[in-house]
Amino acid sequence: MKAFLMFSDRDFDLGQGLPPNEHDLTADLELEKIFAAMALGDSFLLDLARRAVLSSLGDPMEIRYRQEILKDCMDHPSVVRELYAIAVEAIERERKVYHSFFHYPEAVLHRAIEVLRIFVVQLKRLRRIADEHGQLFSSAGFSRLFEMLRRELDDDYFRRVESHLDRLELRQGVLIRARLGRGNKAVDHTLLEPPAVRRGWRQWLPFGDRSAYTLVVADRDEGGMRALSEMKGRGIDVVANVLAQSADHILSFFSMLRAELGFYIGCLNLWEQLARKGEPICFPVPLAADGPILSSRGLYDVSLSLTVDERVVGNDLDADGKLLVMITGANQGGKSTFLRSVGQAQLMMQCGMFVAAESFRANVCEAIFTHFKREEDPTMTSGKLDEELSRMSWIADRVTSGSMVLFNESFSATNEREGSEIASSIVRALVESGIKVLFVTHLFELANRFHAEEVETALFLRVERQPDGRRTFRLLVGGPLPTSHGEDVYHRVFHEDAEVEPAVTPS
Amino acid sequence: MAFCSVLFDSPERKARAEGCEEPPFFRDLNLDQVVGAVTAGREEYRLLPFFWAPLDDADAVAYRHEVFRDLEETALREGITSFAEKMRYVRAHLEQADKLYYLLQKERWFLDAVGTYIQAVLGLRETLVQSELRSRALRALRQYLCSYVESPTFVDLSSRHAELEEALAGVTYCVHIDGNRIRVSRYSGQRNYAEEVEATFAKFKEGVARDYRTKFPSWPDMNHVEAGVLERVALLYPDLFSALDDYFRSHQGFIEQTVADFDREIQFYMAYAEFVRRFVAAGLPFCYPRVSNQSKEVSASEAFDVALAAKLLAQGSMVVSNEFHLKDPERILVVTGPNQGGKTTFARSFGQIHYLAALGCPVPGRQASLFLFDLLFTHFEKEETLASLSGKLEDELVRVHEIIARATPGSIVILNEPFSSTTLRDALVLGKKVLERVSRLDLLCVYVTFVDELASFNEKTVSLVGMVAPDNPAVRTFKIVRRPADGHAYAAAIAARHGLTYQQLRERIRQ
Repeated sequence: MKAFLMFSDRDFDLGQGLPPNEHDLTADLELEKIFAAMALGDSFLLDLARRAVLSSLGDPMEIRYRQEILKDCMDHPSVVRELYAIAVEAIERERKVYHSFFHYPEAVLHRAIEVLRIFVVQLKRLRRIADEHGQLFSSAGFSRLFEMLRRELDDDYFRRVESHLDRLELRQGVLIRARLGRGNKAVDHTLLEPPAVRRGWRQWLPFGDRSAYTLVVADRDEGGMRALSEMKGRGIDVVANVLAQSADHILSFFSMLRAELGFYIGCLNLWEQLARKGEPICFPVPLAADGPILSSRGLYDVSLSLTVDERVVGNDLDADGKLLVMITGANQGGKSTFLRSVGQAQLMMQCGMFVAAESFRANVCEAIFTHFKREEDPTMTSGKLDEELSRMSWIADRVTSGSMVLFNESFSATNEREGSEIASSIVRALVESGIKVLFVTHLFELANRFHAEEVETALFLRVERQPDGRRTFRLLVGGPLPTSHGEDVYHRVFHEDAEVEPAVTPS
Repeated sequence: MAFCSVLFDSPERKARAEGCEEPPFFRDLNLDQVVGAVTAGREEYRLLPFFWAPLDDADAVAYRHEVFRDLEETALREGITSFAEKMRYVRAHLEQADKLYYLLQKERWFLDAVGTYIQAVLGLRETLVQSELRSRALRALRQYLCSYVESPTFVDLSSRHAELEEALAGVTYCVHIDGNRIRVSRYSGQRNYAEEVEATFAKFKEGVARDYRTKFPSWPDMNHVEAGVLERVALLYPDLFSALDDYFRSHQGFIEQTVADFDREIQFYMAYAEFVRRFVAAGLPFCYPRVSNQSKEVSASEAFDVALAAKLLAQGSMVVSNEFHLKDPERILVVTGPNQGGKTTFARSFGQIHYLAALGCPVPGRQASLFLFDLLFTHFEKEETLASLSGKLEDELVRVHEIIARATPGSIVILNEPFSSTTLRDALVLGKKVLERVSRLDLLCVYVTFVDELASFNEKTVSLVGMVAPDNPAVRTFKIVRRPADGHAYAAAIAARHGLTYQQLRERIRQ
């Protein structure tokens, strides 16, 4: 039995490695805040959120499979939360059943029986939900799950399981078949069907019947009693193993159900927080990786929104057919925020989530990389440019055509000419390899070089600037301007301008 | 030829070998280490006496060379290894049967032992039949085995064994345990319940599951409850168990002595061949030496000290090999050169190669012509204690005298740095006297010394020198080379390293 709520044909692999750049992605795109909002303090959900968001899907079909399920969840949040609670309860009650320190067949058998009785109760509850609410769900994933529960776990099946559990209490003793092995010791112990009822006292009579002989271990013969119990153990060993493994399998079904539902619970949690603020969300349109597509209306930074009370400024983007998006303009004008919102949306889309925008569509990227300027080199082992270049080389080892690389003020640790020279050859190489590049920079030289070439596949955005110097945190289409606006910041910090500080101050 | 022994071409020689003890020179030549390494893990075969009994006859040596050559065939070696494993199993099973308390258990272990013995014998015969044997020893053995397996004894042993095994394998019984009662009965077709339970829960089965099965103790013996059950099983099958009992009683001592002897003796070859393969795999050659108890024109190329080589191989270090060759009238190898330069090692390898040849074994080296000695003597400087220093020279002379007195023209003598604790003058005088006696006896001799003059003592002496690296005298090459002794070569090399040779000094001064 499989839940199959993350993939239509396989389990969600909790052991799967995350992309090697998970730390960079998490830090650069400020994903930690998103994960926390999904988890609401639950460490299990936190881990799931991280795994799901960072493990991108490559196929729009797979993405839509999850989108449909998530839509069902958003339509019936209480039913979904109850399913999740049943799985959690099954797992927690199993954990409380006593684990014998000594590992012997009778203990294994009795624990398995106890656990299976708990699971039968929880499975019956799942079945009831499937009966009562199944029809209201329309996604393929939920339909399949509910249909499976109704088909596999019918009343007759529950009766059969319970009858086995009763018989395996072995109240009528243990009937074992054996053969003679090395040194005539008993081998191949096989448990036979337990006798339904105790036979009469006649069966123990020592005479008459030549087809059976009886042996009685004296009550005070402790060694004999131990031997008897070992013999019994050999007889039930296999069935104890079967039962304990079955209990484990059902436990893993519940575990998988919890993990897969857990992702959607996380999505519900995040959605509810954004909805409370009135922030829009949408289900993105994932497209095959045939060509560069990237368009959005009202795209905003989820992390930023989660940390401030107000709604945050969204941006529009029309970069269909563009492999290079170069963003220039004043410092603290919202460039980094914009870059993050693109990265977040791409990741959230690729894990089947909704996206923080009014609309969003993009081609699926094979992998997403970030190359953000680091504030400092914590190890002090190499110079800054050196450090940046080695990170770039690390990416170069892994990046493939169809990937996306987000650069934020990269290669600015040296003079502008050198930085531009280095950056432009890197960008050119990436773009010509079919890699989508978003590059935030204040290097005029770099941006201008590409702008002057008037390449069709490049898009230039610039931070909007009001005539009075104020920033709107909006981006407009436009080529780079020769002067940066650093002095604006300088002025704002050093002069007592009467201008009103913007409420939101992105980094 | 009737089969006698795979090691000896006559029963007399075989009988003589059994009484041997470790030869006195074993430790000096590190042969104790060599033989220890060869026989390690084969203690049960008591092989040491065989390694303590050198042969003095070229044909007896040839008898073994033939077997070694046959054993170069992998299939044959594998067949013998498999035979040996089975025989080991037979012995272990008989021992186990002996230890057990319950007769019904003893009888079954005995039956197993017989079964394995039958397989061992048949397997060995098959191996020998399939092999292209050239050795006298193994051909005779093959003939012997072919008639043994057709003997009435063997045929009866194996046919009744097969019947009993088959019948016992068919025994199936039921045990019903209820409280403290156990009811033993014949099995009457009840269903396997574990399978039924498994089928019911199959729909949940996913992936690999943890194994909850208990690891039960697997003592060979039984407790009284198991024995009680077994007794009742025997009651269920009375005819079968009485046949087993009869077989047990009538086939005690079923192992033929000839088979048992072969099992032991062939291990001499297997052990040595296995030992040799270690070196050959590392590129160190072994060869079948030409042996003679007439010609003293001995020679060997790429010979090495096997004990040292074993250590070096274990450490992954290089092994240095050496050569020697004597032409009449040459008899005495006088070895000089720097300390730690491989002189002692050379002396040992000379002794080892001759001793191993006398065992009828392949020897370390690319090729070798060796002398079959009647007696071998060694005198190696012992680690002295201060207290005995005064008496040392005397002790040494007593020892050397004893050697000279007992040695015959057919002997080999190895003297390693005799008289080194005395003055150069004494050492020279004594050395000359000893070499004089050695020459007179026409002994084959290795004489390691720091006294250069002895290297050119007479027409029987050959001078060998331990070499150092030409550019760095601190590095010994461990090469022992035939050339005149020259104590100055070493000093000149040190000078060169410091730029102080004549030539170097001239050039420096010129500038």
